[in-house]
Amino acid sequence: MRYSIWSLINQALTGNRNWTPVWREPEPKSHYDIVIVGGGGHGLATAFYLASRYGMKNIAVLEKGWIGSGNIGRNTTIVRSNYLLDGNEPFYEQSLQLWEGLEQDINYNAMMSQRGIINLYHSDAQRDSYVRRGNAMRLHGADAELLNQDQLRRLCPFLDYENARFPIMGGLLQKRAGTARHDAVAWGYARAADQRGVDIIQNCDVTDFLIKDGVCTGVETSKGTIRAGKIGVAVAGSTSRVMAKAGLRLPIESHVLQAFVTEGLKPVIPGVITFGAGHFYISQSDKGGLVFGGDIDGYNSYAQRGNLPVFEDVCEGGMAIMPMIGRARMLRNWGGIMDMSMDGSPIIDKTPIDHLYLNAGWCYGGFKATPASGLCFAHLLARDEPHKVATKLRLDRFRRGAMLDERGAGAQPNLH
Amino acid sequence: MIINHPHLGPRDASEFTILGDASLINRPDWQAGDADDAFYTYQYLRDNPAGLHRELWFHEQGDRSWLVVTRDTVTHAVIAVALASDVAKAAKTKTAQKTAPKKVATQKTATKKTAAKKTVDKKTAAKKAAAKRNAI
Amino acid sequence: MSAASLSQKNRITGGLVDRNQPLGFRFDGQHYTGFAGDTLASALLANNVRLVGRSFKYHRPRGILTAGSEEPNALVTIGDGAYQDPNSRATTAQLFEGMTAKSQTKMGLLSFDLMAVNDFLSPLLGAGFYYKTFMWPAAFWEKIYEPIIRKAAGLGSLSGLADPDQYDKGYLHCDLLVIGSGPSGLMAALAAAKSGLQIIFADEDFCLGGRLNAERQEIDSMESAAFAESCLAQLAAMDNVRILSKTTIFGAFDHGCYGALERVNEHNANGSIRQIFWHIRSQRCILAAGATERPIAFSNNDRPGVMLAGAVRTYVNRFGVAPGKRVAIFTNNDDGWATAQDLHAAGVEVTAIIDSRTDIAKTPPTGVPTVLGGQIVNTTGRLGLRSVTLNNGTHIPADCLAVSGGWSPTVHLTCHQRGRPVWRDAIAGFVPGDNLPDGMIVTGAANGVMTLASCLQNGLKAGQQAAHDLGFKPATIKPPRAADESFAIQPFWHVKGSDKKAFVDFQNDVGVKDIKQSHREGFQSVEHLKRYTTLGMATDQGKIANIPGLAILADISGKTIAETGTTIFRPPYTPVPIAAFAGRSRGKNFRPTRLTPSHKWASAEGAVFVETGAWLRAQWYPKTGETEWRQSVDREVLATRASVGICDVTTLGKIDIQGRDAAAFLNHVYANGFAKLPIGKTRYGLMLREDGMVMDDGTTARLGETHYVMTTTTANAVGVFRHLEFCRQCLWPELDVQLISITEQYAQYAVAGPNARRLLEKLIDSGEDISNEAFPFMACGEISICGGVKARLFRISFSGELAFEIAVPSRYGDAMVRALMTAGEEFGVTPYGTEALGVMRIEKGHVAGNELNGQTTARQMGLGRMVSQSKDSIGLVLSRRAELVRDDDYELIGLKPVDSDQPLIAGSHFIGIGTSTVAENDEGWVTSIAYSPHLKSAIGLGYIRRGNSRHGDIVRAVNLLGGQDIKVELCSPHFIDPEGTRLHG
Repeated sequence: MRYSIWSLINQALTGNRNWTPVWREPEPKSHYDIVIVGGGGHGLATAFYLASRYGMKNIAVLEKGWIGSGNIGRNTTIVRSNYLLDGNEPFYEQSLQLWEGLEQDINYNAMMSQRGIINLYHSDAQRDSYVRRGNAMRLHGADAELLNQDQLRRLCPFLDYENARFPIMGGLLQKRAGTARHDAVAWGYARAADQRGVDIIQNCDVTDFLIKDGVCTGVETSKGTIRAGKIGVAVAGSTSRVMAKAGLRLPIESHVLQAFVTEGLKPVIPGVITFGAGHFYISQSDKGGLVFGGDIDGYNSYAQRGNLPVFEDVCEGGMAIMPMIGRARMLRNWGGIMDMSMDGSPIIDKTPIDHLYLNAGWCYGGFKATPASGLCFAHLLARDEPHKVATKLRLDRFRRGAMLDERGAGAQPNLH
Repeated sequence: MIINHPHLGPRDASEFTILGDASLINRPDWQAGDADDAFYTYQYLRDNPAGLHRELWFHEQGDRSWLVVTRDTVTHAVIAVALASDVAKAAKTKTAQKTAPKKVATQKTATKKTAAKKTVDKKTAAKKAAAKRNAI
Repeated sequence: MSAASLSQKNRITGGLVDRNQPLGFRFDGQHYTGFAGDTLASALLANNVRLVGRSFKYHRPRGILTAGSEEPNALVTIGDGAYQDPNSRATTAQLFEGMTAKSQTKMGLLSFDLMAVNDFLSPLLGAGFYYKTFMWPAAFWEKIYEPIIRKAAGLGSLSGLADPDQYDKGYLHCDLLVIGSGPSGLMAALAAAKSGLQIIFADEDFCLGGRLNAERQEIDSMESAAFAESCLAQLAAMDNVRILSKTTIFGAFDHGCYGALERVNEHNANGSIRQIFWHIRSQRCILAAGATERPIAFSNNDRPGVMLAGAVRTYVNRFGVAPGKRVAIFTNNDDGWATAQDLHAAGVEVTAIIDSRTDIAKTPPTGVPTVLGGQIVNTTGRLGLRSVTLNNGTHIPADCLAVSGGWSPTVHLTCHQRGRPVWRDAIAGFVPGDNLPDGMIVTGAANGVMTLASCLQNGLKAGQQAAHDLGFKPATIKPPRAADESFAIQPFWHVKGSDKKAFVDFQNDVGVKDIKQSHREGFQSVEHLKRYTTLGMATDQGKIANIPGLAILADISGKTIAETGTTIFRPPYTPVPIAAFAGRSRGKNFRPTRLTPSHKWASAEGAVFVETGAWLRAQWYPKTGETEWRQSVDREVLATRASVGICDVTTLGKIDIQGRDAAAFLNHVYANGFAKLPIGKTRYGLMLREDGMVMDDGTTARLGETHYVMTTTTANAVGVFRHLEFCRQCLWPELDVQLISITEQYAQYAVAGPNARRLLEKLIDSGEDISNEAFPFMACGEISICGGVKARLFRISFSGELAFEIAVPSRYGDAMVRALMTAGEEFGVTPYGTEALGVMRIEKGHVAGNELNGQTTARQMGLGRMVSQSKDSIGLVLSRRAELVRDDDYELIGLKPVDSDQPLIAGSHFIGIGTSTVAENDEGWVTSIAYSPHLKSAIGLGYIRRGNSRHGDIVRAVNLLGGQDIKVELCSPHFIDPEGTRLHG
């Protein structure tokens, strides 16, 4: 059923009794041309682009639980393309451009809202590095502006310009950045993929890979054996666990990232704001909640929950730059498991095992990457060569010394 | 979390800085024929188990000792804590004459056993991994 | 009866309020009176105010539903200006004299809300409607649709002003934490306390006793409230008991850590301590959090006057307030009948008991009609309940309806470590599962024990068990006598065929129809239901709505409730202000500030300071008449190069390294050779990370056979020390070497310029010789100055001048800089700050933070040859990787604008002349810039591909953000004295 104001009115008049399921609940077939392991944002987007842009048929997405139950359903919904390095910026800019047309692409309102992101700077050196980054963005066709304090005051009068421990001197603004309704992204891609014939199979746990002479021919699942021409794995957070079944060790650690939301409040935060001298970023949802987060807890974890020191560190960061949020009450805290890679950048590549492909290492930048990740993984699966904006996101870059280390933190996952 | 420091007793985790996988203690020989490969593996590849994990914690706000903490990454339970320098010395003497001091040895094997129980096909995975490693 | 009472139409006798303490307050501008001991809700009810808010989506009139922190409707804004507190629960807000409260979520009057039109459009605004429209034309979303939605959404407003109140943090340790002061919590605390445990006894309420204050029951022939009071008196008298009232334990974290929020002065702190955030570390925890009552869904079940039965009893028994004049009761369990008893006893008319069950034998209070197997299908009353309509068509007049759908144990804290509760049919509720947080014992209603006598006994046992577990001898206490009243329930979630406006989540306006629709659309997992309909996502986090919601989902999908399962319970149990987590770490106290020993002196000199990590450093020292920073900096540079200048370099990291194997250790951690550094010599050291990138640089001086002192950059001092300890303890534990940070033990000053030696010679004690022969470039050593002070002198130079760095114990720092200034007077000595330091290091082409940013290699910095290939040092092997030794790699260069009047911008990118300004033509970037008063031109450093072979080339330095596009000439990074003759002078 196509969604529109007319379908809404029509349904309203008939008591909303005739809405149809957003996706089917098919039983898995014994063979597919392509099987995507992981019914999160990236997996579903991959299936959608395979079907819509690469004309592939006979595709299945296998999800262990319910679709969107991973990090697509537990993040701070930020969408941006303000990266420094040649290996990253074109990819994220491609993603932002896909976001901009997403609603029309999938006929589902994911509430992509381009209210902008501001990275605050607190020293001359930090400003210089933002100038370098902003120019890299502009050279790659993205938008970026440097705000001095006066310009910033006009946009964010509520920041603590007088009394901040680390003076708020200005910010790097990307106007086209913003936020989107995270769950809706998963549901929208699922619906659009389903309409193009993709089988979305929930509660289907992949227990092993069928590998013979270095070639992967399918997967064993809780719903039986499924053979496939190609298998793409997009299970960020569980990557190491899943790929260990294929005997692979990866440059990835799993860490918990916590996030927080306050009670609903009337609009008070214009776009996304990030602290440059501490761990804090914040935006306000359409429902009115302040959505904010900070740094990872720092220890390996699969627990999807964290501890109090991060609550404190994040809230201190918030109070340091905008003490007006002090009386806003934190309503809910949650934790997601991040694929922290060794240089803070993702991996979209073939694996040493033929017909087995990997999409992983998103650290905590995975949400914004969803469309481009899907597109590039689809391209790789369909064409067996990297998409032009993903040529540097390779698995062997660490061996070659071609790291994509935006922070310059080195091979320590909990610093990225 | 609470880390039971061998010298100082139970200390709050916020006093520590975490480096990660304790295998970073086993730094390869720079002159070995496969040094390039060994250092790549040492620096970048991780087991990353859901279960028991041996990791390096630095008591930065305390006595500055590096500890090897054996912790469950699913429950966050801390199973064992040892001084990294003891573990490192043991590892070196082990490689030297194949016999490690009792204390550490028992802790290590204990870890392995439970770890094996924890993560189902960890062993086989590791075996396959050894085969695959060079390919990556 | 006092005038205050007379003005309160619904105030009846009894309760725990103090009628001798009337309190005036305002609600929506109207003045009312209540009593000490009231909540805002009980005071409003006493004054017959039933309409207190509007719902989130349809803006339907709403009243008070509960008497606790789970309240979904009665959210108000308390206080004004910077103190204004949105979304405060009227049901927990303790009334105080002068309280001002305002209703929320309305446009216009509360009684005539313009947004109420949404209620008529509700068929259009069903579950997830916004996902299906607002898509055309694309551009309209940000400009038109979203602003409207955002404006309409949200509950209360923040003031936009900094929170003026103070918040504290504290750490508490105990043997046992008891959560909840109801019957089981009280008994648990008594048993444990009398057994000798150190206990903390916490409850969110300002009046302890839990349901004992809300029920009219008898314990040991005392009224339940009086019994609670006597128990509390006993506890208060014991010094091993700490009682925390107004304190919510909001989360259970790893290893026995509990987060607690104490509301010291929630709404009237007036700038003093408002709240305290406690970290509580406890060996054991007894959770006695009780249970939460739930409503039943039927058409228009949300009118002001519809209230949970337990809340009705609370208002009657605890607050002496009748929630209505004529009360009807709708129940699926025996609890509803107790409500009738209490109302009757209080002299309030009960118009009917409607029980969904058919086969029960209960005797109602005399004269109260009962309808067994009865169901309410609708209600009337626009702004307040007037009557209810039954399935048999009869209308029953009522201005208050007491609803009881049964009770859900408060299991939240048992699930904070991903434990899952299990369904128990007997009480039609989820009880804690077996995977509890370490050391937690659950007792009473929270554990599914639903009657008074068994709660008392259960609590007692829990307390004794905790004592036993911790090795104490459990005190023997006689369980108090109480009636074990019946608790029978027959699950009944919603009235079939009465779906229209039948609400489950009151605040988010999620009704039975929405649940049915989302199921129809395939959102069949309970998590999908929640996320698609927003059921349970309101400020009460589903405390009221979740269980009925998933019960209805189970019903529709033909599954059992156990199969359907719950969503995840997450902290905090009730919302916690952001400021409470920050405590005093805000404003200037966000992080500690480090000052050098001569900070006072520098301030007196009028220095302008800059944050450098945690340090404050002098940036420049303006002189009178200097109107603009460049004047001061240029002067400082020229004066230093012409005569002598002094710079405080105390903030550099300093590490004392001693031991027989110190040299071997240094040889491992530095990329360049350190095995043969002679005593009395200093060497520049380059430190790599194991991944081959440059980590830090600095100098290391050998003071003795086994004694070295290393300096690091200010920024990396902590990281480098951590790294060295890692190398020492984890990689080379066999080496005999010890490290200690002496950054704060020594004050250090650079004395730079042609007259540096002559200045110092005035301060050194007789017998010391620092002539060029005795103390050449890179020399170091202990030296006696100012009549016996042991100092350390290093002949090293960052400025490129003849220079020394002198270090003295911190206590002499202030005296040292003053002595240097006095001795330097005859040479016109000039103190210089970090800006002049920066200018001079750029003139000399020394790398600093902008070049050494963790992404660069030694080769790129032009230091590739320093990396010794003939020894095992950190980073050597991986620094050889193919991509790190490319011929077309970035290399450090100097640059000057072709037109020397033009300024340079750090961060500009290099683009070839005549090529288009796109990424493909991007050749590198400008890292650092400065104005060189010697070259009378802006100069800079940068990285550009193949830089070493491009000196003399002209390229564009483009800054698209500022619109600059200027021609620059590439050159050697060493702008001044490239041969280094000055150094050796």
